[in-house]
Amino acid sequence: MTVLRGVQPTAADTTEVVGGPEATRSEGPQAHATTVPSRPTGPNDQRRRRTSGLRRSDWFAIIGAFAAGTTTTGVLWTQLGPFTGALGYVIVTWFVTVLCYAALVSFDESRAVMRDRISAFVVHSLGLLLIAALGFVIEYTLQRGWRAIIHLNFYTEDVRSTLATDPLTKGGVLHAIIGTLIELGIALGIAVPLGLIAAIYLHEVPGRFSRFIRTVVEAMTALPDIIAGLFIYATLILIFHLGPSGFAAASALAVTILPIIIRASDVVLRLVPGSLKEASLALGASRWRTTWHVLLPTARSGLATAVILGAARAIGETAPVLLTAGATGYMNLNPLHGSMMSLPLLAFTQVQAPEKNEIARGFGTASVLLILVLLLFIIARVIGGRGPGELTARGRRARAAASRRDARRMSARHAHIGVAYPVTVERQEEAGP
Amino acid sequence: MSSDMMPTQVKRKLVDNAGLADKVFRGVARGGGSLVLVLMVLVGTFLAYRAWQALSAAGVSFITTEQWNPDGGGFGIAAVIVGTVLIAFVAIAVAVPVAMGTALYISEYAPRRIKRTLVALVDLMAAVPSVVFGLWGAFFLQWKIVSLSRWISDWFGWIPIFKVGGVERHDPLATQTAYTSSTFIAGVVVALMVAPIACSVMREAFGLAPVGEREGAYALGATRWGMIRSVVLPFGRGAVVGGTMLGLGRALGETIAVVMIISPRFEIQPRVLEHGTSSVSSLIALRYGEASPFGISALMAAGVALFVLTLLVNFGAAFVVSRSRSGAVSEV
Repeated sequence: MTVLRGVQPTAADTTEVVGGPEATRSEGPQAHATTVPSRPTGPNDQRRRRTSGLRRSDWFAIIGAFAAGTTTTGVLWTQLGPFTGALGYVIVTWFVTVLCYAALVSFDESRAVMRDRISAFVVHSLGLLLIAALGFVIEYTLQRGWRAIIHLNFYTEDVRSTLATDPLTKGGVLHAIIGTLIELGIALGIAVPLGLIAAIYLHEVPGRFSRFIRTVVEAMTALPDIIAGLFIYATLILIFHLGPSGFAAASALAVTILPIIIRASDVVLRLVPGSLKEASLALGASRWRTTWHVLLPTARSGLATAVILGAARAIGETAPVLLTAGATGYMNLNPLHGSMMSLPLLAFTQVQAPEKNEIARGFGTASVLLILVLLLFIIARVIGGRGPGELTARGRRARAAASRRDARRMSARHAHIGVAYPVTVERQEEAGP
Repeated sequence: MSSDMMPTQVKRKLVDNAGLADKVFRGVARGGGSLVLVLMVLVGTFLAYRAWQALSAAGVSFITTEQWNPDGGGFGIAAVIVGTVLIAFVAIAVAVPVAMGTALYISEYAPRRIKRTLVALVDLMAAVPSVVFGLWGAFFLQWKIVSLSRWISDWFGWIPIFKVGGVERHDPLATQTAYTSSTFIAGVVVALMVAPIACSVMREAFGLAPVGEREGAYALGATRWGMIRSVVLPFGRGAVVGGTMLGLGRALGETIAVVMIISPRFEIQPRVLEHGTSSVSSLIALRYGEASPFGISALMAAGVALFVLTLLVNFGAAFVVSRSRSGAVSEV
């Protein structure tokens, strides 16, 4: 019956279709008569059915189990047992709820269905738990830092003359923002070109040597960040006497994020379709041209994501900076000389103080850091949300315009040389979409 | 087949007739790769060399000693390694069920319109700085979770690892500080940090489970959970192990969040709910400043021990993932 969906339900029970438009046009002397079988009528017949698996009794079971869980645990907590604490209450409530739900479902369903329901319940609550907990971490930081970050001076001053007991209208994090940006800039300046070249090498020049490098890079992703800091501390600071500085911190960060960037870019480059590269090589392009004009543009969004995620990691790392940057309340623009403060380190030192205002400042610093990371992440999502080779509408238009230009140029040249070339075909395609 | 019927099959030499630009390109690429290699090997050998000074001075006692006094008395990693591993295990025990549940929720249960948002949210969490988690753990969670610690130790204190020294079980007047700064609290905070990482590895693999097999399971009458158990989980097993190991590697090396919560204690302390513990990275963060040159190389020896541990974990993860089906798919 469903194949006749095109027929209007208002049509008569038996429709005698004599010929039809096709048949009349064919001018045949004898048109065929088709008898369409009757279909059940009535407006209720075509009601849209719900495909959701939840029936009303399922809702009752969930609500009932939840009510039973909270109240049973409530009785346990307040009347019967020596239990205390909200967290324990929530956890025990959850277990009781699961048990009650299992019992309720088992009254009118088979065991397989019961298991399905229970696991769905558990999976939903675990997902909710993680997302809620992570959201709460961010919310808590912003909320505790709110008192500090609403003051404008928080963004325009450093803390050179601010005491821990001073009110929040004095002192700010400008020196740490500047320090973070300088350190991040140097670290990315070292790690990004090196990382991208190494990733291209791993991908474009295969062989035993590049396999070996890949293994070493994979091993280095296991390097705990504090050990990268310790390495820079022992070399640049203790042996070369550079002193705690922005450059030392940036080198430690570069050592930390270099393997991350290489691995992420390697994965992205691997996603570029081999046929694209082969097409380019088959057209006679050199490896270098293929890499520059095919491989890198195709993987651009993914590479940008790799770099930005590396930057987000570098901006938030505290451990390497703790060992190598030194701590200062002064603004320092010279990365080669003198201590340089960064946001995570400032937050870390501020909250060690016992004063309330200093702790609020620490949370404010952490909030600024968090907002920076959020911004970076959003940029990464906007750039890297597409797969390799996928273009935006604007990119597609630009690409089409470029290929029209190429077609014009080539046809002009061929007209000039006088070679017979199917120019008209290209012109026709040009007129298409 | 006689040999004269076959044309002689000499292995031909492949000549790559690269132009100048290509040669330069290849040279630059090889140079970059070699530079990275040199850098990495430099870090490795330097760490090993400096660590060797301390190791050769301490000998076997480096593994068995609990205290840390490089400039007098003995030093060893027995306490800090045990502390590190315990924190990481607590973190994994909390993080893996949660990460797996979240991954299954996102890939199997979540409505399609919020799926992308959830994926972005979890990925974002993997980028949140550790100092933020540390702040949350030290200022919020620590004081809320104490009641849970007390509850566990009251009712399960007969299990040795849940015992808390210094307080009686069921003592209503027991001081809160007996339960703060513990392995358990540090582990829970680290769990929140590693759960998003493990979750995104697992979610990606679950999402790749073949549609044909899923529908086959449904067609045979499986419930959704039946389908998950018979198709999605076996397919993603490698990723579950891989994500767990990746999280474990991160948890072993975590510094700042741990430093902000624990109070250092240099003895093997297996009671996870009790005040005070230690870890290798927090030891380095706390002691590097006042360390003598020999003390630095002792710290490096501890760092190398930690590095070797995380290296084993990572290679284990890579091995498991590469042998599983889900790993094979991601290679394409």
